[in-house]
Amino acid sequence: MSKTQEMYYSDEHEWVLMETDNIALIGITKFASDNLGDIVFVELPDSGTTVNQFEQFGEIESVKAVSELYSPISGTIKEINDSVVQNPEILSESPFEKGWLLKVELKDTSELDNLMNLEAYESFLESGKN
Amino acid sequence: MNSHQIPNEHHIKQQSLIRKLLMDRSQPGRIGAHIPQSDVPKQQQLPNKYLRKELPLPEVSESEIVRYFSQLSQFNFSIDHNFYPLGSCTMKYNPKINDEIASLPGLSEIHPLQPEESIQGALKIIFELQNLLAEITGFDSTSLAPMAGAEAELAGMLITRSFHKNNGDTHKTKILITDSAHGTNPASAVMAGFDVISIPSDKNGNTDIEALKAAINDDLAGLMLTQPSTLGLFDTNIIEICKRVKDAGGILYGDGANLNALLGRIKPGELGFDILHSNLHKTFTQPHGGGGPGAGAIMVSKKLTPYLPSPIVQYSKDEDFYSIYTPKKSIGRMGGFHGNFGALVRAYSYIKTLGKEGIDQISKNAVINANYIKSNLEEYFELPIKRICMHEVVFSASNFKKHNGIKALDISKRLIDYGIHPPTMYFPLIIDEALMIEPTETESKETLDYFISSMIKIASEAKQDPELLRNAPHNTPNSRLDEALAARKPNLRWQKKD
Amino acid sequence: MDTKNYISRYTPNTSQQKNEMLKDIKGVNSLNDLFADLPSNLVNPQLNLPGPLSELELKNELTYISKLNHTPGEFSSFLGAGSYRHFIPSIVRQITSRSEFMTSYTPYQPEISQGTLQAHYEFQSMICQLTNMEIANSGMYDGATSMAEAALMAVRITKKKRIAVLNTVSPFYIEVLKTFLEAPEIEIDIIHNSNSLSPDTACIILQQPSFLGNLEDIEQFSNLAKKNASLLVVSVDPISLGMIKPPGDYEADIVVGEGQALGIAPTFGGPYVGIFATKEKFIRQMPGRIVGQTVDTNGNPGYVLTMQTREQHIRRDKATSNICTSVGLIALGATVYLAALGKSGLAQISNLCYEKAHYAANLIDSIPGYQVIDNGLFFREFVVKCPISPKKINTLLIENKIIGGLDVSDQIENGMLLCFTEMNSKKEIDHLVDNLKNIQAK
Repeated sequence: MSKTQEMYYSDEHEWVLMETDNIALIGITKFASDNLGDIVFVELPDSGTTVNQFEQFGEIESVKAVSELYSPISGTIKEINDSVVQNPEILSESPFEKGWLLKVELKDTSELDNLMNLEAYESFLESGKN
Repeated sequence: MNSHQIPNEHHIKQQSLIRKLLMDRSQPGRIGAHIPQSDVPKQQQLPNKYLRKELPLPEVSESEIVRYFSQLSQFNFSIDHNFYPLGSCTMKYNPKINDEIASLPGLSEIHPLQPEESIQGALKIIFELQNLLAEITGFDSTSLAPMAGAEAELAGMLITRSFHKNNGDTHKTKILITDSAHGTNPASAVMAGFDVISIPSDKNGNTDIEALKAAINDDLAGLMLTQPSTLGLFDTNIIEICKRVKDAGGILYGDGANLNALLGRIKPGELGFDILHSNLHKTFTQPHGGGGPGAGAIMVSKKLTPYLPSPIVQYSKDEDFYSIYTPKKSIGRMGGFHGNFGALVRAYSYIKTLGKEGIDQISKNAVINANYIKSNLEEYFELPIKRICMHEVVFSASNFKKHNGIKALDISKRLIDYGIHPPTMYFPLIIDEALMIEPTETESKETLDYFISSMIKIASEAKQDPELLRNAPHNTPNSRLDEALAARKPNLRWQKKD
Repeated sequence: MDTKNYISRYTPNTSQQKNEMLKDIKGVNSLNDLFADLPSNLVNPQLNLPGPLSELELKNELTYISKLNHTPGEFSSFLGAGSYRHFIPSIVRQITSRSEFMTSYTPYQPEISQGTLQAHYEFQSMICQLTNMEIANSGMYDGATSMAEAALMAVRITKKKRIAVLNTVSPFYIEVLKTFLEAPEIEIDIIHNSNSLSPDTACIILQQPSFLGNLEDIEQFSNLAKKNASLLVVSVDPISLGMIKPPGDYEADIVVGEGQALGIAPTFGGPYVGIFATKEKFIRQMPGRIVGQTVDTNGNPGYVLTMQTREQHIRRDKATSNICTSVGLIALGATVYLAALGKSGLAQISNLCYEKAHYAANLIDSIPGYQVIDNGLFFREFVVKCPISPKKINTLLIENKIIGGLDVSDQIENGMLLCFTEMNSKKEIDHLVDNLKNIQAK
């Protein structure tokens, strides 16, 4: 079972899952990965660099589209998911689990307040405002 | 060849034989061409450190090469073969005489750096083509240096940049481009150092005037507009767009990809464009060659003539002599020599063949053909913008997609089974599930009727037997190909198998 | 020709058919209604064009115009400098004239474009074999624009804003570099040797053999590039690669070149095909079309355009380039040429060029008043210093049906750049030498 209930969501279709008090995983939602189609390439920043909330940190490519990745939170990258970089299809198959992108040490956990919970995200999707 | 007449395993063998790459056909000692012996005394060799150790090219016989490429050619769909309504690509008939003219030794064997007195014929063709195109499009002057439409766009953007710079207007850094434009427009503007702002289209498919007003300010360098647009519609806001761009000191750039619709009907120069490029491989029939060569002509108004890319050919009546020159504020050279002369010869030959009367008939026939298709298909396919179209019509397959998931892609692939090349799909980007159909003037009513009846049949198949579409095409050398695999694990050249 | 009732032979619909079609079109009563969106004051302008020509008239006229040119073949020619006259096996033109190749579009629909796609894959493979590089695209406009795109690519990769170009690179190519690099504000340093380099240099660009025909000692530049974290870009003459060490052997990062010599007629400068090859790690920064092998839903191998997200039709203003062609038909011609010549043939052609050029150089150098400039080793081109201006010599040579070499007196006093290929027989070369002697005597 994926932990979608515990996740926080951005309106750019990224999720955050807190692993400890200040360490979180970041990924893209199933909605985003379904929309992209067959993902063929993921470009992630190096471990040790910082990301800022709602700013671009990487790119995802499908066969005929490019999407920018926006970080849902600010922090320092502790680890990147190398298996996704090597086998981008994982992102299509398992966006909420095996397809996580970054492990980040949060700068400010209060930024989570700027994100949605699952219920809010689902109604955001239904509203068609995405 | 009917594959069902031979056992299946033989069919597979036959296919894999045809698809075998040259290096896999290579056998030591096979010869594809005989090279004469040297007729001069042996010379001293280069030192070893400059020499290559091995040259791993294939060894195949001439007869095999011919058979291999002839077999490969059968896997291609071409205009000569059948109807090719690929929107915005103007896949019209490519007259054979043009190829014959272009292969005349006096035109194909000449070297680009010969002295001017030895190439008067070539320069005459370039000079006259410059004038013919300027006359047809209503501009002051032409450069034939760009080697493709996209290169002509770059030339036009560099001219825009130089013009503003020369006037001291270095703050003019912004180019506006409508959201229906070809991707080359923004890419070319960026290569010329501009920032690109996208302008939406309104509900009638015209440039949204309110959005335009909001985007125009002092930093406006120019606007790139495709007329008619990639929606196949004449932008009826043109006069107002022109006024607003010019009032702000901007240059109005015309993407002439769809010039076929306007030939003889209106001169873009008279509409107010400062620059127009023409894709000679579309409107003026240079064959597309599986992706080139093309040629881009660029026409400009008087104030921009000094900026044209080099070379330009001029003529001195007194001396009866053609010569090459570089305009005084020229943006420079676009390629190693003088542009794609072979394509220029074909365009020249085409315009000379048609003449005034023939050029005049192109757009009339192209526009009737497109509207005939539109009227006969609009009850079967959704028409997002209901207007009289120009040379092409854009339908949407979004209704099919909502109904049972059939996409523009599936309809397109099924059309292949009917022997017709698919329309342009998913472009322009602003139309969901777009199917963009451009019949051109060289198609007969009979061909269009067959196309229309095929599309109607496919529309009903989409509802009754969607799997038929999803698995299409059914009779091609390959079924649908895995593009994701190709991108994830790039295999871009032959390599020795371990 | 009868222009009153003119009917184009390229438009099949008769007046009657057009009237029937117009009746079917909703909302219009006449042809003019179809153009109602156009500003009425500008519609149907005067077209000041000549009248139409029949095929016979056209052919006569164009044949006449073509004969105003002095044509190599009828004249012996010693011009090179980036465009070369070579023997073209008849199968090259036969195959490229097939309408299945000639009249098809860019292979966006792979199921019905396998001919073009597989041929492009062969082209990419052979360019890699020729250059000993890891990957190649399926072609650029020409050698000069390939070089400009390589400079832009080097800037993207290194994020540095200058490039260094050796002064022996073709002046025509340097002009194209200026056109392409001015707007993005990339500085061009013309260097004369490997002594110094700005640390902010994205790449060093060399030409092998050089514009004046000489073989560069690449190693020193290769070392310099490495030391400076700059890329090494080499422009090659593909015919020379039949004998000369390929750029992959000295670790060039990007290889460009003019592909015309590979079976394409000189055609007054185009259409040609630009060679573009690089290392696998740079694939996402490479401009142009790329064909890749894949499988279909039945598991059979096939080919598609791939890595398309780099290109303008997807990434628009963020694309690697605005280029939208691969000059497919010309690349096909080069592919057939390389297949026909193959392993042994290309080496033989390369050697013939070398032998003939050296034979000529020895003879010309021995004519009093003429001196072959010794810039070290050369392949098939060299500069001869003439007793009078090369322009005058060329005018005199033309009278004896010889197209002389390129006037390079702007670089070397009274310098003429001569080029030799397998097309120049010993008899032709001796004839040239005799004529030069006579001019000297005058």
